[in-house]
Amino acid sequence: MKQLGDIAGVFAYLSLLTVGGGMAAFPELKTLSVDTYHWITFPELLHFYSLGQLAPGPNMMMVASIGAVVAGLPGAAVALVAFFLPTGLLTFGVGRLWIHLAAWRWRPAIQVGLGSVAVGLVLAGAVIMGRGALTDVLYVALAVVVFFLLLKTQINPAYPIVASGLIGVLAHWLEYTPTT
Amino acid sequence: MSEQAASSAPPRPSLGRIFWVFLVMGATSLGGGVVGYLRTGLVVRQRWLDDVAFVELLSISQTLPGLNATNMAILVGDRLRGGWGALAAMLGMCLPGAALMTAAAYAYGAGGDHPWSQAFLRGIAAGAVGLILVVMVELGAKVLKTAADYIFVLATAAAVAGFGVKVPYALVVAGALAIWWHRPCDRQGSK
Repeated sequence: MKQLGDIAGVFAYLSLLTVGGGMAAFPELKTLSVDTYHWITFPELLHFYSLGQLAPGPNMMMVASIGAVVAGLPGAAVALVAFFLPTGLLTFGVGRLWIHLAAWRWRPAIQVGLGSVAVGLVLAGAVIMGRGALTDVLYVALAVVVFFLLLKTQINPAYPIVASGLIGVLAHWLEYTPTT
Repeated sequence: MSEQAASSAPPRPSLGRIFWVFLVMGATSLGGGVVGYLRTGLVVRQRWLDDVAFVELLSISQTLPGLNATNMAILVGDRLRGGWGALAAMLGMCLPGAALMTAAAYAYGAGGDHPWSQAFLRGIAAGAVGLILVVMVELGAKVLKTAADYIFVLATAAAVAGFGVKVPYALVVAGALAIWWHRPCDRQGSK
């Protein structure tokens, strides 16, 4: 029961940090799930996050994976509800109000101001994730290639990410040893 | 907004229909970019929204905390069918991915430690970093207009990733400064 309470508290808190997308919550997700509660290791977090990018729907369904690792199916359910209910209610309430604020003078300021902070949080998440994931020149190269491929073409991001995984498997088969 | 509401009353599909349409989008929007799938599903195929309303709801989704996909589901569901519509859309959107990622946790527990799995997972983690950077560039292209905006981006990222500042503090302090920086100019204002 204590664990379910912890899961509810952590994911409800993380939920409110997802300004500009799920990645904004990544730094705190790492701190809480890895360093504070020791639910999973940092590599496991990276793996679930990356698998979550391959799953359909909203890109943070990996919160269900962490909940399931900690406390089985009830854990997954609690993590999902805690992660989506607070912001869901906020969006529901503010969404109705916001339509009526179309002419409010501060509205563009809030949209642009929070926008730049959101980009900063995504960058911070990418840096923290990169520290764990890009441990070797091979993985740096994979990230760079996927970045330019997705920037320059309109292909479905799932393809290059799965291809990265297969290149990782190929490297293992060729007994390529990462420098770490 | 009031003119728009008067000119065309939004359609009222059944709750089951809303759930089903969002379930299909939730199950097929593979590989991120869920906004594109939402537009195709809601504007082009179902004609539940026009592009003006879609962009309006999307801008709300992007400003408020929460994921764009679930925020859009809530706003569109509410528009079509009130609170129950929002719940039906949200559940439909989340169920497929949630089921898959719960199953992934069990699969990971069973075979995640295997060297082949580890090699695959390390590869996709590297690829995912590339994807996140693209998301950042695309988000940035929409919102970053002046040199000051870039300073807010770098200051926020450096504070969180470099100095370990907790995200809520960074969000409140940098957010308040950035909003103040873009504050409405009084001369152009109504007062």
